[in-house]
Amino acid sequence: MNCKGIIREISDYLDGELELSAKQELERHLEDCEDCKMVVDQTRLAVDVFCDSKPIELPADVKFRLHDALRRKLSARAD
Amino acid sequence: MLYAALILSEARMRPPIGLLEPLSAPNPHRLPSTVARDDEHLLVAAAKRGDLHAFEELVSRYEAKIFRLTMNITRNREDAEDAMQDAFLKSYAHLKDFQEDSRFYTWLVRIAANEALMRLRKRRPNQFSLDEPMEGDEDLMPRELEDWGPSPEQRFAQTEMHEILSEVIDKLEPDFRVVFTLRDIEELSTEETAKVLGISIPAVKSRLLRARLKLRQKLDRYFRRGDMN
Repeated sequence: MNCKGIIREISDYLDGELELSAKQELERHLEDCEDCKMVVDQTRLAVDVFCDSKPIELPADVKFRLHDALRRKLSARAD
Repeated sequence: MLYAALILSEARMRPPIGLLEPLSAPNPHRLPSTVARDDEHLLVAAAKRGDLHAFEELVSRYEAKIFRLTMNITRNREDAEDAMQDAFLKSYAHLKDFQEDSRFYTWLVRIAANEALMRLRKRRPNQFSLDEPMEGDEDLMPRELEDWGPSPEQRFAQTEMHEILSEVIDKLEPDFRVVFTLRDIEELSTEETAKVLGISIPAVKSRLLRARLKLRQKLDRYFRRGDMN
């Protein structure tokens, strides 16, 4: 597997979806190729920072409008 | 379970929504919305029976996450707000159809994603396609690699990190941004993502690969060791 092949397989590798033989081949390549190892590590980190990022609290005006609309529309439906 | 019992018994005693305090009344005992709690199925069951206060609790738990989702897809605050509001209204209207074989939140994500996509397609009809993007493998090859140094999450304050992530995802093409949001941030499966978007599983995988590599590239200018203070 060359560098281009590694790049194509990064997603499946990070998701643990590579077949064992392909995974072993990729990991052998990473032992010898610092650039590919850096791309794999940084891509994993890029995904992680988004996954780990907690949503910020709903802005007060957005929250007010949401709950106001739900209160009006759902109460009307319940009547 | 005690928490659930308290909420439900309290909810049963209260008059219908709108006759008491506003829905946005602060609740100091509310737990973080990112945690799936054991009482969710009780709240869903109560909401199915028409208990609006139980539904209110579900809304309060997930509103921030659903707004992040609709913002990430539409990148337009007005559309994101409308999509979120309609998603909650539709979820209430169709609660009886929710089979409870998946988490309520996952079901809600599907509804909200569809609402957001509808608005994205309306505002930018040519920017979200059902077809495979025409990009060769050459575009995937990273250039000018540099070490990122210690964990970026420790280097940036939470607010600063939010700004960076928002700026970076904003610059991602909609085809890639939507797949990344559903698959990586909302953690839908590849199959679920394909179903929501009406595209094939290979198309989801291809877009996800490109999205991840592009995000790595875009984050590089913020995270590289040379830019450390």
